[in-house]
Amino acid sequence: MGAADPFTLYHAPLRSRLLLGTARYPSPAILAEAVRASACEIVTVSLRREAGGSRAGESFWGLIREIGVRVLPNTAGCRTAREAIATAQMARDVFEADWIKLEVIGEEDTLQPDVFGLIEAARALSAEGFKVFPYTTDDLVVAEKLLDAGCEVLMPWAAPIGSGRGVNNAFALRALRAHFPGVPLIVDAGLGAPSHAVAVMEMGYDAVLLNTAVSRAGDPVAMARAFGLAVEAGRLAHLAKPMTPRDMAEPSTPALGRPFGDVA
Amino acid sequence: MRIQVNGRPRDVSATTLDALLRELGYEDQKVGTALNQEFVRDKDREKTQLQEGDAVEIVTPRQGG
Repeated sequence: MGAADPFTLYHAPLRSRLLLGTARYPSPAILAEAVRASACEIVTVSLRREAGGSRAGESFWGLIREIGVRVLPNTAGCRTAREAIATAQMARDVFEADWIKLEVIGEEDTLQPDVFGLIEAARALSAEGFKVFPYTTDDLVVAEKLLDAGCEVLMPWAAPIGSGRGVNNAFALRALRAHFPGVPLIVDAGLGAPSHAVAVMEMGYDAVLLNTAVSRAGDPVAMARAFGLAVEAGRLAHLAKPMTPRDMAEPSTPALGRPFGDVA
Repeated sequence: MRIQVNGRPRDVSATTLDALLRELGYEDQKVGTALNQEFVRDKDREKTQLQEGDAVEIVTPRQGG
C-alpha cells in the first residue's frame, strides 16, 4: 500500500495502520519482539509512580528507544479532566512528545470514557498545542464535540478495554465512519482476534489500536504478526470495495449453456 | 517537613521540588512532576517551594495500553 494509500496522523506519514500497547507482556524481550513482528510504528506508553531507586521506568524507556518506534503516551486511569490534563503535561515533559492518548474514565466495570471530562480535557490540551487522540465511545454527538475541541483523530471503542469481545455495536461504528469520512478514525479497545481487526478495517476504519489481544495471547509474537497482516488485509479489502450481501442465491457459474438443460 | 510523595507521607528536609528529587535519588532520571495536582515543568522545579502537607507526584515511563 504505502505511497499509493497514504496514511497520516497529525501530519505524520505512517506505513503501518496498527498501533500496539506495551502492557502485560510476559517479558520486555517478548514485547520488543512482538512490536517488531507486528511492523507497527506507534506504541502506547504510560506514566506511573516509581519508588526512588527502582529505576523500572528508566529501563522500560531504554527498551522503547531501542525498538525505535514513536510513542503515544496515555492518560490511563485518570478519572477527571484535571487529572488527565496534568498527566498529559507530565507526559510531554518526560517523553518530549506532544501526542497524547487522552483517557478520562467514567465507570469502573466497563472503563467507559467520561465523555464530558474527555471533551473538557481535549479542549484544554488542544489549546496548549497537544495533538490529542481521544479514547471515546461510539457516540456521534460526542465525536462532533471532540472535533470542535480541536481533535483531528478519534479513537472510538469497539468493546470494553481488555474484553476481547470484538465489535459490540457495528451499526454505531458504521455510522461514525459515514459521518466523518475525512477524519482519521482508529478503533481502540475491545478487539480480541485478528478477524475483528479485519472487520473494522473493511468498514473503512483507518487504523486499529490493540494491547491485551496480543500481550495475553499464548504466543504474543505470532499474534502480533497476525494482527499486522489482518490490518493490512482489511485495508486492502476496503479499498477493493467488497460486494453487497444479498438475501437470495445468485449462481456464480453462468446458467447459459449448461448441459442437460432446455435449449432456449 | 512532612509531605505526601506519591500518595505516602514522608519526612523530608528539601524545601524545593528540585531538592526533593535529589534527596529521593531521582536527580539523573527522566521524571514528570506535579505539586498538589498541578503539573510542574522540569525547568520550574528549582523555584518551586514545598510546604508542609503538600502532595507531590513523581512519575516515570511505564508500560501502557
